Amino acid sequence: MHYRFEKDMSACGLTGFISRNRNRVDGEAIMSSICNMDERSNGQGGGFAAYGIYPEHKDDYAFHMLYTDADAKEATEKYLDRHFLIIEDDELPTRKTAGIVDPPLIWRYFLNVDEEVLHMNACDEEDYVVNAVMFINAEIPGAFVMSSGKNMGAFKAVGFPGAVGRFYKLDEYKAWTWIAHGRFPTNTPGWWGGAHPFTLLDWSIVHNGEISSYGINKRYLEMFGYKATLMTDTEVTAYLFDMLLRRHKLSIEVATMAIAAPFWSQIDHLPEEERKALTALRQVYGSGLLNGPFAFILGHKDGMVGINDRIKLRPLVAAEKGDILYIANEEAAIREIASPDRVWMPTAGEPVIANLKPEKDIVKEAPSCIKV
Amino acid sequence: MHKSLIKAEFQVERDDYKCIRCRVCERQCSFEVHSYDADADRMFEDELKCVGCQRCVEYCPTRALSVQPHKSTIRPHGNWPYRAVKDICKQAETGGMLLSSTGDELHHRIYWDHLVLNASQVTNPSIDPLREPMELRTFIGRKPDQVDVQLVNGKPVLKTELPPQLTLETPMMFGAMSYGAISYNVCQSLARAATASGTMYNTGEGGLHRDFYQYGPNTIVQCASGRFGVHREYLNAGAAVEIKVGQGAKPGIGGHVPGEKVDKEISITRMIPVGTDALSPAPHHDIYSIEDLRQLIYALKEAVEYKKPVGVKIAAVHNAAAIASGIVRAGADFVTLDGLRGGTGAAPTRTRDSVGMPIELALAAVDQRLREEGIRNNASLIVAGGFRNSTDVVKAIALGADAVYIGTAALISLGCTVCQKCYTGKCPWGITTQDPYLTKRVNPEIGTQRLTNLLRAWSLEIKEILGGMGINAIESLRGNRLHLRAIGLNERELDVLGVMHAGE
Repeated sequence: MHYRFEKDMSACGLTGFISRNRNRVDGEAIMSSICNMDERSNGQGGGFAAYGIYPEHKDDYAFHMLYTDADAKEATEKYLDRHFLIIEDDELPTRKTAGIVDPPLIWRYFLNVDEEVLHMNACDEEDYVVNAVMFINAEIPGAFVMSSGKNMGAFKAVGFPGAVGRFYKLDEYKAWTWIAHGRFPTNTPGWWGGAHPFTLLDWSIVHNGEISSYGINKRYLEMFGYKATLMTDTEVTAYLFDMLLRRHKLSIEVATMAIAAPFWSQIDHLPEEERKALTALRQVYGSGLLNGPFAFILGHKDGMVGINDRIKLRPLVAAEKGDILYIANEEAAIREIASPDRVWMPTAGEPVIANLKPEKDIVKEAPSCIKV
Repeated sequence: MHKSLIKAEFQVERDDYKCIRCRVCERQCSFEVHSYDADADRMFEDELKCVGCQRCVEYCPTRALSVQPHKSTIRPHGNWPYRAVKDICKQAETGGMLLSSTGDELHHRIYWDHLVLNASQVTNPSIDPLREPMELRTFIGRKPDQVDVQLVNGKPVLKTELPPQLTLETPMMFGAMSYGAISYNVCQSLARAATASGTMYNTGEGGLHRDFYQYGPNTIVQCASGRFGVHREYLNAGAAVEIKVGQGAKPGIGGHVPGEKVDKEISITRMIPVGTDALSPAPHHDIYSIEDLRQLIYALKEAVEYKKPVGVKIAAVHNAAAIASGIVRAGADFVTLDGLRGGTGAAPTRTRDSVGMPIELALAAVDQRLREEGIRNNASLIVAGGFRNSTDVVKAIALGADAVYIGTAALISLGCTVCQKCYTGKCPWGITTQDPYLTKRVNPEIGTQRLTNLLRAWSLEIKEILGGMGINAIESLRGNRLHLRAIGLNERELDVLGVMHAGE
């Protein structure tokens, strides 16, 4: 038996916005928003997730990879070559930036899965990709999958988030959902992979807080084949969402009822049908309940969600302007980039959910309201 | 006959100046230590009979008595403490097996005492249970891996039917103690306290007295190898059924209640003649294999129409992890593990002290094995075996238990002083006896109150500790070994327990 119990605790700042009409904007706004909260980070990690950035490759899995050395790259490429169709690969564009030191090798691959292989393995395509990500992270020394979704990508590094954004040239990407994170870890591996967001397929998550239930969340997910290799509680949150939403096909609303469950004192007073449903969720997903302080933003291919812990031990503010929903730790980070029509503070455990409009329903409107 | 060489273990000292010859001690002592000589107006004590239960000391109105370990001692020897010498003398005099009660008293390591708990500082706030909700509600039963809940008009609606679950308002239940081993009044106290506390008590293998059917929703009924008192109505009277395969205090051996304890009420409840020994066979004679167990589990599920969880209790033995895995796969809704320090009314001393293993190790191994096999959700894990206080309980839950059974601690709250003479049927505290003169010493009203207080006190402490960890629901502690650290254990022990050493 081997137990890996290390946990990386961190406090943080987070912000994100989504244009429901899929109006894509470059990374300047999100960088301004997260830089407004530099006070909440300490230069030990910053990161971004962006959705809608690869329209020309929207049906390929975009793997953003970090390698500590050439051996890791070689081993990973051998693995990818064996298991995927590599449509394209290139170095992820970066620029020399003050405050970003000692970058690893950063590489990007657009991958496809051979139907034949899936058939032979009797495997769901997304499970196949998840297994590959788990394998690379756990088994190939020095290799780390920064993101693995379609038409999206994660960009992260050790440094203040503003510098990280410049380093990755985010001003040159256009996305309809942007999520950002500045990190304040209390024990620092100083490792690029440890920055947020954490991603799996097209799920990306930025997190502010500490999950006191990490020990059991991790062991719970391991039962279902997830390998928590990154030593952080945010990683398990990403995997938890993957399991609840993708594998167990729960809606986001229902999934949040499981991970930030209402108290029994509330549940017991609900009408019978609701009470039965919420009781069953807590019975079945008790080990997935996230306990301890958190605010997080979850990005995915169809939208964005923000949520707080059960007793709101971390700040979280939401705002709206036109078709855009903003979520951040602090209202100032939103006002830095927009003059919202409505600002509100979601209560403990209450999710803020925004979904993209299906492409066919979108009437081209005036450009987005973001002032930069 | 040769003079007995067994020495008195206790010394009874009477302050003759304080003694008023009221003879309370004489009436209280069921072992007949005290006697009164009217001619001399003097109390006498036969120390050889004294078991050290302290009943006379407690009830002496003038505090004239004290009972302590006997000063007279043999020459101290590392390999030959008096315990060893006495046992040999006893066997030389009787030619019999040694009998004992309660759990193992040898100095096997108590791992609870080598585990420390975590608390929050700065990076996450501790939660104040006086001001914030703190949830201990626990469910016992098989859980599916996933559930289908859909939103209908914005409200969640359950589309999956869950197997039956027991609801506990606190993760502690009263362990299996049979009517026969303990008295009617004690059974009643346990049943009422479980009901008042929103938890369960366990009938043990002695059937269920008709008077207690009313506490059925808070009762786990047992089905053991003797099948005493097992019938369809009994099975359906409880909230869950537990198949007792083994007991931590005496793995591999069935329960024994001597005929002296089998009075009319017990005879009716157990469905055996008055005065006959109630000897449970060592194995269930219809379970010689895991596939046989599966048949019994499903026979019982049929009997209760799949409306109640059916679990299996085993003693913590070397192969517990593999056995528990088999039990879960055989269809049990919960597995009960009973450790080496688990109590008993009567067990061969040698078995009690040397067979099985501490519950901490068995629990850690079983929980880990069930997780490795991906079947931990399929059954709840209940553990028993010498829980002394609320932190033992917290540590057990952090190691992976869903709930614990407390037995000895419950009896202590009713007066038991762990004198280990339950098997004599003469319990001076009126707990493990059927003598009407003694059983009335436990008043069910007071007993219920004391047991309820105990559960309440421990629950409050558990909430306090949970809040300190920054956790507000017990399910976030269950199996969360990150909140445990060990002190003074070697690497093999850490590995089996799945915890890090303090400082790591």
